[in-house]
Amino acid sequence: MVISVLSGKGGTGKTTVVAALSELAKKVIKVDCDVDAPNLYLFYQGRDIEKKDFYGGKKAQINGSLCIECDICEEVCKFGAIKNAMVDPFTCEGCGACTIVCPRKAISLEDEKTADAFLTQTEKGIISRARMGVGSEGSGKLVTYLRRNVKRFEEDNGITMIDGSPGIGCAVIASITDTNFVLIITEPTKSGLGDLKRILELAERFETQVMVCINKYDINQEMSSQIEDFAKEQKLSVVGKIPFDKKVMESVNSLRPITEFRDSPARKAIEEMWICMNRIMTTKDF
Amino acid sequence: MKVAILSGKGGTGKTTVSTNLAMTLGVSYVDCDVEEPNGFIFLNPSIQKCEDVFAEYPIIDREKCELCGACAKVCQFHALAKAGKEIVAFEKLCHDCGACKLVCKTGAIAYTKRSIGKLESGSVKDVNCYRGILNVGEPMAVPVIRRLLGNLPEEDHFIDCPPGTSCNVESALKYATAAILVTEPSEFGLHDLKMAVELVKLFKIPYGIIINKDDEKENIVKSYCRENKILLYGTVPYSMEAAAFYSKGMMLCDDEFHKRIFDQLANKIKEAFAW
Repeated sequence: MVISVLSGKGGTGKTTVVAALSELAKKVIKVDCDVDAPNLYLFYQGRDIEKKDFYGGKKAQINGSLCIECDICEEVCKFGAIKNAMVDPFTCEGCGACTIVCPRKAISLEDEKTADAFLTQTEKGIISRARMGVGSEGSGKLVTYLRRNVKRFEEDNGITMIDGSPGIGCAVIASITDTNFVLIITEPTKSGLGDLKRILELAERFETQVMVCINKYDINQEMSSQIEDFAKEQKLSVVGKIPFDKKVMESVNSLRPITEFRDSPARKAIEEMWICMNRIMTTKDF
Repeated sequence: MKVAILSGKGGTGKTTVSTNLAMTLGVSYVDCDVEEPNGFIFLNPSIQKCEDVFAEYPIIDREKCELCGACAKVCQFHALAKAGKEIVAFEKLCHDCGACKLVCKTGAIAYTKRSIGKLESGSVKDVNCYRGILNVGEPMAVPVIRRLLGNLPEEDHFIDCPPGTSCNVESALKYATAAILVTEPSEFGLHDLKMAVELVKLFKIPYGIIINKDDEKENIVKSYCRENKILLYGTVPYSMEAAAFYSKGMMLCDDEFHKRIFDQLANKIKEAFAW
């Protein structure tokens, strides 16, 4: 069973919730799909059992000794990535159009390493994660790779939990594809509600069941009610309402999941949410 | 001056900082977070112009196509595939590079366009506001960001970037002449800030940091700035009041206490960029 935790808006508490739910579920395979701001692994002391170079794209390379600076490549490049027979690696999308038109065959497409992909063994199970090269393209591809790379460890009746990235683009699409459940973490703000609507519209295109969690719901009770009303209209279950809790910041800064904080109101709410999620998840067959 | 506001981690306050600085300095605001653009919720500009952003993709003329498969082979993005007796185009995977048309020997490939998002512009008081919005279901934000930035008039801007450090942020930074990194004093904030700093350094533009939700104590971000000799433009203190203003979509600089904070930040930034 795959549960993807998403939000649309950034900073609503996805990683905090994933770490807490993983503790409650006991044995969970985790995939940190927020590849350009990966924080989940910080919670765990682990040992990397696999490290692989990930090639997420290609870049054009001009062989200076063959190039006659005819500039035909510059004219054909729709991204404006070639100037004076030089390729700007930030702009090149690796399409290869330049290699086709070069009369001297001076241009080749070279694989570009865009990330290191890790499998990290922790006391609490395996994490599939990556360290992406800054400014790299193809984060959707990397997300797909990270999910596939951990498949061999998945067991029947086991849970794989995805810590997704904000937004609605390729990385998020790759995090929703082939999941059984999506848990959207929102917050009671106008931005939170706006972004919830967009991520929901996206999730609806997939065969996955959506659940909603309102984090820091008591920061603005009126907005929280608005979100609940909206969820009701859309026939979505609000499985959890987590109160604002200073212990959460303590949890992040001591890099210990919130479940380790005995008297935390947020912990209690997440525990209740997990019970509620289980009730929904067990009624569904796969 | 074109100042990019970025953060690495999401939800640290990019939109809060960029909208309030734009309003304080009377400088244009550009929302480049096209997957989830929220700046207009706060600025609430009257929209004067709206236009579609189009992406082109190939259509195959089946009369002319000889099913050689060269187009599918050359496409690096797997947007074309030979399936039985036809070539199928997956429009959402297409980068509109033109490679398939270049290799097609029978001239069977033409391009047509579809809308992948839109651009809106308007103004509030004397602040011009622009944003791009990616259509839900579209995987690629970069063409919308490029179009948004490519269309801007010559004037000063604050560019509200998407979270992260991937190609979306990179396309915004390419256009910027300076950058402000907004972070929060947490382990997650610092971890992702470091990635954002690495990215900004590649562009060789002046940059500095603003700490949002600051605890007004010595903290890990302040010592990071000191140790790495990165300019700290200032801080926005953590308060439940600020969180409440934000939740309602209100501008912080409309509140007297926060107005003073943004006045100070604005002065510091003007000075730093010799603006």
